[in-house]
Amino acid sequence: MKRRSVLKLGASAALATPFLARAALASDAIKIGAVAPKTGPLAGGSAVTHWPNVRLWAAQVNERGGLMVDGGQRMVEIIEYDDQTNPGETIKAVQRLATQDEADFIIAPYGTGLNIASAPIFARYGYPQIAVSAITDQVADLSSKFPGMFFTLGSTSTFVEDVVGILSDMRDAGQLSGSKVAMVNVADAFGIELATAARPLMESAGFELVYDTSYPLGTQDLSPVVKGAKAAEPNAFVAWSYPPDTFGLTEQAVIEDLQVEAYYTAVATCFPAFGARFGAQAEGILGAGGVDPDSQAFKDYAAAHMAVTEAAPDHWASATTYASLQVLEQAIESVGLDRDAVTEHLRGARFETVLGPMSFNDQNFNEAYWTVGQWQDGVFQGVASRNRDGAKTVRVKQGWSA
Amino acid sequence: MDIFITGLLLGGTYALIAMGLNLQYGVARIMNLANGEILVAGGFTAFWFYTAGQLSPLLTIFVAAPLAFAVNWVIYRVMLEPLVRRAKNRGQLEVDSILATFGLSFVAVGIMLAVFGGDYFNYAYLAVPVNLLGDTYALNRVMAFLAAVLICGLLYLWLNRTRAGLSIRAIAVSPESAQLVGISTRKLAAIAFALGGAVTAVGGVLISSFLTLDASTGVIFTLKALIIVIMGGVGDVRGTIAAALLLGVVETFVAAVIDPGLTLAAAYTLFILILLFRPQGLFGKKPA
Repeated sequence: MKRRSVLKLGASAALATPFLARAALASDAIKIGAVAPKTGPLAGGSAVTHWPNVRLWAAQVNERGGLMVDGGQRMVEIIEYDDQTNPGETIKAVQRLATQDEADFIIAPYGTGLNIASAPIFARYGYPQIAVSAITDQVADLSSKFPGMFFTLGSTSTFVEDVVGILSDMRDAGQLSGSKVAMVNVADAFGIELATAARPLMESAGFELVYDTSYPLGTQDLSPVVKGAKAAEPNAFVAWSYPPDTFGLTEQAVIEDLQVEAYYTAVATCFPAFGARFGAQAEGILGAGGVDPDSQAFKDYAAAHMAVTEAAPDHWASATTYASLQVLEQAIESVGLDRDAVTEHLRGARFETVLGPMSFNDQNFNEAYWTVGQWQDGVFQGVASRNRDGAKTVRVKQGWSA
Repeated sequence: MDIFITGLLLGGTYALIAMGLNLQYGVARIMNLANGEILVAGGFTAFWFYTAGQLSPLLTIFVAAPLAFAVNWVIYRVMLEPLVRRAKNRGQLEVDSILATFGLSFVAVGIMLAVFGGDYFNYAYLAVPVNLLGDTYALNRVMAFLAAVLICGLLYLWLNRTRAGLSIRAIAVSPESAQLVGISTRKLAAIAFALGGAVTAVGGVLISSFLTLDASTGVIFTLKALIIVIMGGVGDVRGTIAAALLLGVVETFVAAVIDPGLTLAAAYTLFILILLFRPQGLFGKKPA
């Protein structure tokens, strides 16, 4: 009885919570659906990377009068749903956007799991899905099953390859004084996939994993992990981590004075909050992502992001999220609101974005993206990329003195 | 030794997380599923004061605690007291309060999202190493541990050495009989609930100095608190402390000696063992 009432309440609360934000716009506005976490475990990440860019893009499009469709300009109207980081809710929201709200287009959700979970429903209703925060090695498989699904941010193996590549280069240049690597990962789909991909690559590059362990998502005390890594006396420390533990591991590394010549944490290292939290201690920290912050396009984008959303973009997926919306915008302006035609156009055309030109190969995969960045003089700079210009030289991590 | 101290420090954190819920559940008989949100709100307050005015979290406590006390008192009076009044027995009150506070947790998350946004927040306070018995520890964790000792000690003394504490313990044991000897159950239960909220918020203030929080993280703390309160025995301060420290030491031991990936498994194994062999909790009394 008790359990049943709890479940019932859970269900009704879940139905009631999606926030519905509709701007009161003219009825002929182009309806763009958006579903991503506003609550739940991924909410912190989407609040930095996803939602601000959706708002920025809509504000900019409407400011210049809307999208050019069939010879006339039409404003865009964003219909937002919170999926509570729950794949079931993502699917329901996409379905609702397609059937009830009759959205013209739907922005891809946030997070690898949520994107893959909702891919069948995007495909069923014939919506193109330009995924950003979805990093996987299943691109070929997914894009053959779901021809409207596109990938912009890269794949698991390239992210790992480039980290191992940087470590190899540092060792060859004499910047790493040995081949001992301490590797840890969050025990979650993302962390496990990256760690699994990294083990053979590390080995074949001649690195010795002197410490290799995982920790559960939401671990409140990471000091045993960092102490264990320190005791193994590594030359490099690599953590396939999520936002809360990226902060937690680094704080412990500072406290334990973990002396390594290369220090890498994955997601959220590129967040403005990371630089704000660690200041000068962040100098030399490597992380997933990167951009070329010195390019004029990025500078303009960051300034607009700041002006519209009152927050700075992160130096990785923020700009890619915005670029994915530019791609959608250019495709709509080229071929109109016919979704099949837009999908077809996405496959063949080349788009101008804040990151530079973007196009998709025969697996719907964008082959130009950033993989590794590093905090250098207070800015998170891209240091490794696939087919993007502007990578900076990697620096050796020089202790933690603030 | 290193493992033991690290474990104790983590245990102190856990005690901070669970102590408030113990008061709310043990005395006021409200299974408060919005407890974690109060903790996160305390953390937000500390963050806000620290970033806006460089105010030390140790001073923020004196703002957060009275504020949380007032808010929780109002929540109890307005929202929960009607449930207490209409409940025919303890079981019904539990179901009702679980449902009501579950809803409240959504509201609290929504309010925090609206006020603070969904971003991660943290700040650097006392994130410096301190040397104890030849090993290094984070000063902010040591400080939180000392605060936990202080808070738990004061609570224990208050409950066991004062008249108000005696009345509160009487309510915890038997609300009906307590009324017979002239104790105002209504008033004291509200105070116990509000005090529980204040302790939780103080825990949040201290924890925010070393954990990264966001508006949605509350539920993690609620679950941890629930496990600790049930392991320690409902309504007993000593039980919560013992369970929190035990959990901290066991998790750290497993992480350091076996594998950090097994800490959750170890925590739940401990939980199951205690439920199997001492279902009333470490310090709980067997139901008569």
